[in-house]
Amino acid sequence: MYQYDSYDRTLVDERVAQFRDQVQRRVAGELSEDEFKPLRLMNGLYLQLHAYMLRIAIPYGTLSTAQLRKLADIGRRYDRGYGHFTTRQNLQFNWIRLEDTPDILAELASVEMHAIQTSGNCIRNVTADHFAGVAGDEIEDPRIYCEIIRQWSTFHPEFSFLPRKFKIAVTGSPHDRAAVKVHDIGLRMHRNEAGEIGFEVLVGGGQGRTPVIAKTIRPFLPKRHLLSYLEAILRIYNQLGRRDNLYKSRIKILVDSVGVDRFTQLVEEEWQQIRDGYLDLPAAEIERIRAFFAPPPYRALDAQVPEYEAALRRDFRFARWVRTNVTPHKRPGYAIVTLSLKPTGGIPGDATDAQMEAVADLADRYGFGELRVSHEQNLVLPDVTKADLYELWKQLETLELATPNIGLAGDIIACPGLDYCALANARSIPVAQQISKHFSDLTRLLDIGELKIKISGCINACGHHHVGHIGILGVDKHGSEFYQITLGGSADENAAIGDIVGPSFGATEVVGAVETIIDTYLHVREGGERFLDTYRRVGLKPFKEKLYAAH
Amino acid sequence: MALQVVTANRLIDGRVVFLADGYRWVEEIGSARVADGEEPAKALLAIGEKAAADRIVVAPYLIDVSSDGARITPTRYREVLRALGPSSHPAFGRSPSATLAAQR
Repeated sequence: MYQYDSYDRTLVDERVAQFRDQVQRRVAGELSEDEFKPLRLMNGLYLQLHAYMLRIAIPYGTLSTAQLRKLADIGRRYDRGYGHFTTRQNLQFNWIRLEDTPDILAELASVEMHAIQTSGNCIRNVTADHFAGVAGDEIEDPRIYCEIIRQWSTFHPEFSFLPRKFKIAVTGSPHDRAAVKVHDIGLRMHRNEAGEIGFEVLVGGGQGRTPVIAKTIRPFLPKRHLLSYLEAILRIYNQLGRRDNLYKSRIKILVDSVGVDRFTQLVEEEWQQIRDGYLDLPAAEIERIRAFFAPPPYRALDAQVPEYEAALRRDFRFARWVRTNVTPHKRPGYAIVTLSLKPTGGIPGDATDAQMEAVADLADRYGFGELRVSHEQNLVLPDVTKADLYELWKQLETLELATPNIGLAGDIIACPGLDYCALANARSIPVAQQISKHFSDLTRLLDIGELKIKISGCINACGHHHVGHIGILGVDKHGSEFYQITLGGSADENAAIGDIVGPSFGATEVVGAVETIIDTYLHVREGGERFLDTYRRVGLKPFKEKLYAAH
Repeated sequence: MALQVVTANRLIDGRVVFLADGYRWVEEIGSARVADGEEPAKALLAIGEKAAADRIVVAPYLIDVSSDGARITPTRYREVLRALGPSSHPAFGRSPSATLAAQR
């Protein structure tokens, strides 16, 4: 993985020293809260419902075991023994003290981590496919370009005060696991007719109050132009994006208001001015960054592993876990393992300090000391030999990290909601917990099949409800929690915004509504149809009829 | 007019606090000073704002509460959660009465 050079180290260390001074000045009364707030937010420190929350960047979701151990240590010493992995591949601590924060940032800097680009109207921490580098269908490791974008974007003077926050996601695979079509810029690597690898550039996607699927403004961008093209897009947005209305300030609104053709033309004109200049990416620089993401020293293994095959036949529970939580690896004899942070009835994305330390140990023992955070709030061990899977599974079981529910109804995304978040209108976590408990029968989960339930506690949509197969949005109705349900959303290469099914449900009715939706699906599905396939075939009508039949 | 108390987050650690008698800030809403009427509420908020200027708390504001004499309960559910801690994590509750949060 990437390792800091002297520039990175200096920059992060200087930022820690600056923030230490700013905290001292705040406490001493030299800075008012109004003056201090933007400074703390630039370091990921929010004031939430119960305490300060520190959001730590995990660039493109890649973590070393040393970093995970440090997060565990911080969780134990400065928080309440938990960390919360988010839909932005970040980690949040919910119980941080202002006076401890400079020390925490110094601890993070010691393992090449920080909380920069996790707040404010800047280019945020870039996200990527959590199977980057190991996916069987991958064209190229997207993290090389994520890191290049990180270096370009961090403290970019022109783009530190954009009209609004700006999120970029990159996928190197045809199957989009990074939800690139619902980002301000999505980059999808693919080959052109000449066989060269480059980027499809998608702009103006997003969720929140106005969900939009991104539009392609350039079908193929050669790699060396990546930064100049991004700079051109950001410059047009920075100039023309609205600053007078928070709700209309994202690039999706600009693209919509000027039209995608005109927007594309503006970007291309700007790009013609700046292309082939200092932002040109020389092949040598790409190769220099690529070296940081070089494949680990894999062994030459057979694809067939008799002891693994035998364990599959012998142990039904192991086989069930493999079916849902293990993904084919690009190398023979290896596998990608997803650790479910969604135990039945648990809080999606939460991990204890002890779990984090144990996972770090497992990643060292059964991998190459590296792991991933997915935007679906799970952890990934990317390089496990098939021969080790059985032993690993047994250990994950004791850690409660082996719930065999990845991609199923129990693998719910949920934002922190009103339990923690100052912006939320309703709680998300208890709804996720209730649904998870209700659908705890693993045989039934498998029968229902692939189903992505995503829950947000407000319209800002951190829980990605717009792109859930079943999306649940918490709303405040006269001081009470209500939940609006959408169906048919999707975050992958066939991204879609879900359709609102009808009037919202009370807090005690949500689980029943989800049950009705799933029953309806099971009733009308044909053959091996997934929920989403069925929905796309039959539409809202049968679900609506069942849900509101009694009303 | 509803009964009101002043709440804020403590500057140094961000914890939720309530203004009590004697210019004290307490973590238990049950110990908060209750204002009955517009003028007492204004006076209470002024004390809170002075404490913000003195860097004890951040962003004080008034919340509506009800009181049965023994217990003070915020009207809005958001404030119930602030007073009692996250409903999804009973171990993080702020008092034995935190179970109230789970009842909604």
